[in-house]
Amino acid sequence: MTTRSYFDHAASAPTVPQAAQVMAELLARPGNPSSLHAAGRAARRTLEEARESLAEDLGARPSEVVFTSGGTEANNLALLGVHVDGRPEVAVSAVEHPSVAAVGAHLAEVVVLPVRTDGRVDLERAGTLVGPRTGLVSVMWVNNETGVVQPIAEVVELAHAAGALVHSDAVQAFGHVVIDVASSGLDLLTVSAHKLGGPVGIGALVVRRGVTLRPTGFGGGQEARLRSGTVPVALAAGFAAASRVAAERRAMEAERLAGLRDRLIAGVVATVAGTRANTVQPCGPAIVNLTFAGVRADDVLLLLDAAGFDASTGSACTAGVHQPSEVLLAMGRSMEDASASLRFSFGPQTTAEAVEALLGVLPGIVERARAAV
Amino acid sequence: MRVLAAMSGGVDSAVAAARLVDAGHEVVGVHLALSRNPEAYRSGARGCCSLEDSHDARRAADVLGIPFYVWDFAERFAADVVADFVDEYAAGRTPNPCLRCNEKIKFAAVLERGRALGFDAVATGHYARLEQSHGQVSLYRAAEPAKDQSYVLGVLDAEQLRHSLFPLGSDTAKAEVRAEAATRGLFLARKPDSHDICFIPTGDTAGFLQSRLGRRAGDVVDETGEVLGVHTGTHQFTVGQRHGLHLSVPAQDGRPRYVLRVDPVRNTVTVGPKQSLAVRRIDGIRPTWTERPVAGAWRGLVQVRAHGDAMPALIEADAAQMRIELDAPAFGIAPGQAAVCYDGDRVVGSATISATAA
Repeated sequence: MTTRSYFDHAASAPTVPQAAQVMAELLARPGNPSSLHAAGRAARRTLEEARESLAEDLGARPSEVVFTSGGTEANNLALLGVHVDGRPEVAVSAVEHPSVAAVGAHLAEVVVLPVRTDGRVDLERAGTLVGPRTGLVSVMWVNNETGVVQPIAEVVELAHAAGALVHSDAVQAFGHVVIDVASSGLDLLTVSAHKLGGPVGIGALVVRRGVTLRPTGFGGGQEARLRSGTVPVALAAGFAAASRVAAERRAMEAERLAGLRDRLIAGVVATVAGTRANTVQPCGPAIVNLTFAGVRADDVLLLLDAAGFDASTGSACTAGVHQPSEVLLAMGRSMEDASASLRFSFGPQTTAEAVEALLGVLPGIVERARAAV
Repeated sequence: MRVLAAMSGGVDSAVAAARLVDAGHEVVGVHLALSRNPEAYRSGARGCCSLEDSHDARRAADVLGIPFYVWDFAERFAADVVADFVDEYAAGRTPNPCLRCNEKIKFAAVLERGRALGFDAVATGHYARLEQSHGQVSLYRAAEPAKDQSYVLGVLDAEQLRHSLFPLGSDTAKAEVRAEAATRGLFLARKPDSHDICFIPTGDTAGFLQSRLGRRAGDVVDETGEVLGVHTGTHQFTVGQRHGLHLSVPAQDGRPRYVLRVDPVRNTVTVGPKQSLAVRRIDGIRPTWTERPVAGAWRGLVQVRAHGDAMPALIEADAAQMRIELDAPAFGIAPGQAAVCYDGDRVVGSATISATAA
């Protein structure tokens, strides 16, 4: 295979050169940002510059940015760190990433907020489920499987009216949609570097000033005593650099990718009978989720892989065996349809030519996969 | 060719896949998930369906630079192999689940799915030889008799064999395969071989059957019907078994006694001296043929267990049955086992043993 097309940016996007370059320079230098000597001071300056830059891109204050090892740790810290007297309950949407959904098993009381068939939280039912016992409401910004945007403003209003704090996992939103923590009203927000061209291994939890969290791990008390462990300065600087690149390109890139998204959906629906788009408005520009009735998603992936296309189901595996998508099941899809769905996700490298090439092979591949069931 | 390499996580299937890559084939590795609740680790030489094996198979595929997928055949395996295994024991017979898996899963369900996805063949790490002449594929024993696995492939038909590859078949020794794995950087070169039944990782077949079939106490009797002891379920016994009889009445001649018959309907196990196990005549059902059905009586060799001897015999079959007359008596042949017929080193066909007679 001479050329390959990468349609899995939502799993991990290639690191942008600006981030790679700054990290390469920093990794060659010594210095723990907690040290008092010259090398430590230099590292600390670089770290705080990264924090300030990232805060600016997020519409947050630098002191509100807590670096973590990634989105998963930030989500864990948000859900496990909130303690409000007399409000033991945590409400999470039914379509959360496993790093939110699976934390539920460790919480005393969890309430799941159902979604409608379009994947958006059912606000009416949420209104009845969020109440005086609710300490925290967690609803993601952009869904990692479908790209569907949640009604964050309405969720914030509803939660605050009930006296609860609000968290949003914005890992798939950051870099693709405008995020302004200050005006969003959110109390907690999760972001990750490697989904937008930064390095794997760093993310952040934005903790609005005045919100009190308890740490979930213990040690030297770095990151405002919330996240102990030596802060990886080079990764933080790489994260900030990638975020800045994404922020500068966002307006143009979002429009370009939205065009590719709409072209892919329209093209597949027109050429492959029995296709259902699970990505419906309002949605981010970079994720397309399609159900091809009557296939095993794994078989389509195998055939796409052989044809030079990297895609994903977007959902979890157990021991390597693909499982039906919990997100699509929560949206009311059948087991069959939830096992027959694929995610194509875009980034700066995604070209119109690649989308056309994908459209060229999909009808034959889906037909073949249907014959293999 | 586009080849689907079934990769168990063991050294043989990894080297088999590697050789296909070397030969220029387009190879995709698949690991079969056959257990709903896989064990985390492999315990010693037992089993092959642990998460560790799945990891090892994936790791080998990555070293070879080939795509790798895990295919979930747990439901098919539970229905076609495990349930059949339990049912056969419940009926007083002794099944071979590896043959059944080859016949129903690896060279059937997996092959069908692979063919539908555009693959030309399924490859495994079995030690057996395939030779092609004039468009006819023939299955032969492996070059090294000690490693020969043609017996467990004896149930395959011409269509299945036409789409099968056994890249290790002409090899001489297991040690060479291990050395080859090490040379290729396949870390599993020193992993122990798997034995026993993969879905009973503890190796406790009796305990497994007890958990599925329960306990049902009955009599252990001699050939005259005299009660010699009690058993906790006929499924705990197989014809030819000598140990674990727990007889309270010693044999008059002081010689060991063997299980002669297992009768789940009357719930009895009949024991007797070795000479009563002697079998000359074997009746089989469900004949299968590796090439084409053989009409009329012919002289060949018959093997009734994986590492058993090849016994000279007169063989005759029709569409539904096979009759085998052994030249010399054999001992401990149980209904349910497969009788695989050979012409020299060439596998001709098989049948499932339904009855035996002296």
